[in-house]
Amino acid sequence: MVQYLLMKIFRALITVTLIVSAAFVVLRLSGDPAIIILGPEAPPEAFAAFRKNWGLDQPIWVQYFKYFGAVFHGDLGNSMRDGRSALVVVGERIPLTLAITLPALFIKLCIGLPAGVTAALYRNTWVDRLIMMVSVAGFTVPSFVLGLVLAMIFAVWLGWLPSGGSDTWAHAVLPTVTMGLVGAAVIARFTRSAMLEVLGQPYIRTASAKGLLWRDVVRNHALPNAAIPTLTIVGFLVGSLVAGAVVVESVFSWPGVGRLLVNAVANRDLAVVQVILLLVGLTMVGANLAVDILYGIVDPRLRIKRLQAGS
Amino acid sequence: MTIDTTPNLEPARPAETGGSVFTSKSGLRAFFEAWPPLVLIALLWIGLIAVVVIAAMWIAPYDFMALDLRARLIPPVFMGGTWAHPLGTDELGRDVLSRLIVSIRISMIIAFLSTVIAAIVGVTLGFVAAYFRGRIEQVILMLIDAQAAMPFMIIALAVLAFLGSSLMLFTILMGFYGWERIARISRGLAISANERGYATAVRDLGATPFRIYSRHILPNIASTLIVSLTLNFPEVILLESGLSFLGLGVQPPMTSLGNMVGYGRDYIQSAPWIMLAPSAAIVVTTLSISILGDWMRDKFDPTLD
Repeated sequence: MVQYLLMKIFRALITVTLIVSAAFVVLRLSGDPAIIILGPEAPPEAFAAFRKNWGLDQPIWVQYFKYFGAVFHGDLGNSMRDGRSALVVVGERIPLTLAITLPALFIKLCIGLPAGVTAALYRNTWVDRLIMMVSVAGFTVPSFVLGLVLAMIFAVWLGWLPSGGSDTWAHAVLPTVTMGLVGAAVIARFTRSAMLEVLGQPYIRTASAKGLLWRDVVRNHALPNAAIPTLTIVGFLVGSLVAGAVVVESVFSWPGVGRLLVNAVANRDLAVVQVILLLVGLTMVGANLAVDILYGIVDPRLRIKRLQAGS
Repeated sequence: MTIDTTPNLEPARPAETGGSVFTSKSGLRAFFEAWPPLVLIALLWIGLIAVVVIAAMWIAPYDFMALDLRARLIPPVFMGGTWAHPLGTDELGRDVLSRLIVSIRISMIIAFLSTVIAAIVGVTLGFVAAYFRGRIEQVILMLIDAQAAMPFMIIALAVLAFLGSSLMLFTILMGFYGWERIARISRGLAISANERGYATAVRDLGATPFRIYSRHILPNIASTLIVSLTLNFPEVILLESGLSFLGLGVQPPMTSLGNMVGYGRDYIQSAPWIMLAPSAAIVVTTLSISILGDWMRDKFDPTLD
């Protein structure tokens, strides 16, 4: 088990290294940052000073190693716009993003899991069709359209909730609900197919054949097994908490990491973009690692297989 | 959680046959069983969209960029407007219907070209992995996993930040959405097709690998690929409209569906039709293509996820 964990952590580290390197390569591919920031008409002395200041006058491989060292020291450069540390600029937005994405995750799970399981159990009945219709609609309505329609109904027409900003908890309701509903559709669909797959397995037939109540078959045999593939998609959702907020935060002017990213992209504030890129990469890798560990706990078969393989 | 229900595992039984093994169905019923009404509606809508894309320049009543400052923010016909502007006008007096038509054209062309790029990249890498196996396959599988692990929205935003946005770059970028799924599918299909008699036969006849893969394996796995491309298409539309909505995709004066929603949101209170028309177009189009894709999958290849 320890060796398995070390293996997983080692692979996670390789992935992180790849992400950091990719960020460096793309950063260099994007052209001369001096021209992007200062504009092509700036005086040559300004270019020289800028290049010296940011270490752009050194050979590319020196830059690469320096970059690497700096990244692992937590020095990710300053926001090229306001000069503050990019890490700080991003860090102060993280709590705001979590304030809407964590409740949204809760909504997704509370609606998506039961809906998916129910649809699978009542396969091909009107219940299943209804749930899948709603789920397909959730897939095809973009989150910005859903968000704007909700804002139109609850903010413009009914005037119950504010349509943008972040002053009170009421401001968080619409973005949270928007994200929750869209995500619930994804989870419902995935849970349904995971559940259907399990229900078709021979051990379910065996359990039914030996006379167990259908309720017990579902509770003790189907649900735990369907939980395993569902864990993967939940892990992906946890890992993409920040990414999923990009559009919705912009719709509701919620000043979280997602909106910061959109603004940074529009202003080409590369240091901030890079920090967010690494943040998303790290959360994805971390979530995947957590899912791998949880697999071992939830699925005893994996544990035994690993013991037999001697690793 | 208490779930109390009866098992529903048996395949659906044919309708009551009245003792006879032959079922007599009316022609109409047989038709609607083969072509569910929802699928027909979806096909009709897709046909309409195709006409709009091809004939946009002829059917748009006005130039999509033409300003008419005397006719600003006119509501659509069903909200008290006139037939001169059936879907109303925006804050600069531009005809919403004309802009919608051009936007549909741009969005669909981007989605189509992107899907073609994704198909070419995905199928090529999938086939290369299936042909070479070994280390090359491992590298491609690693790329697939890396792409699948990172939310594409973030990758797209990073690339746009680093490289800036132009229509061509944007289309190519969208083309990298979903290639990994297509690569995974075509690799799996190609590996199993390689074992089949027809592949062995043409190989023994001395065909080059390129010929085997392009002339024999590709046509044989095409139906599955087309289904998965159809399911990819609406997702590209959503991604494109999302980025354009954020102001990072298609740039003005060009227009796209997401772009229209993006600036229409500023008039959500005074002129909601600017935003609602393109939103409805996005939703109905993606829904139609998804319905068609799901139906094709159930019909041709139920094993596909």
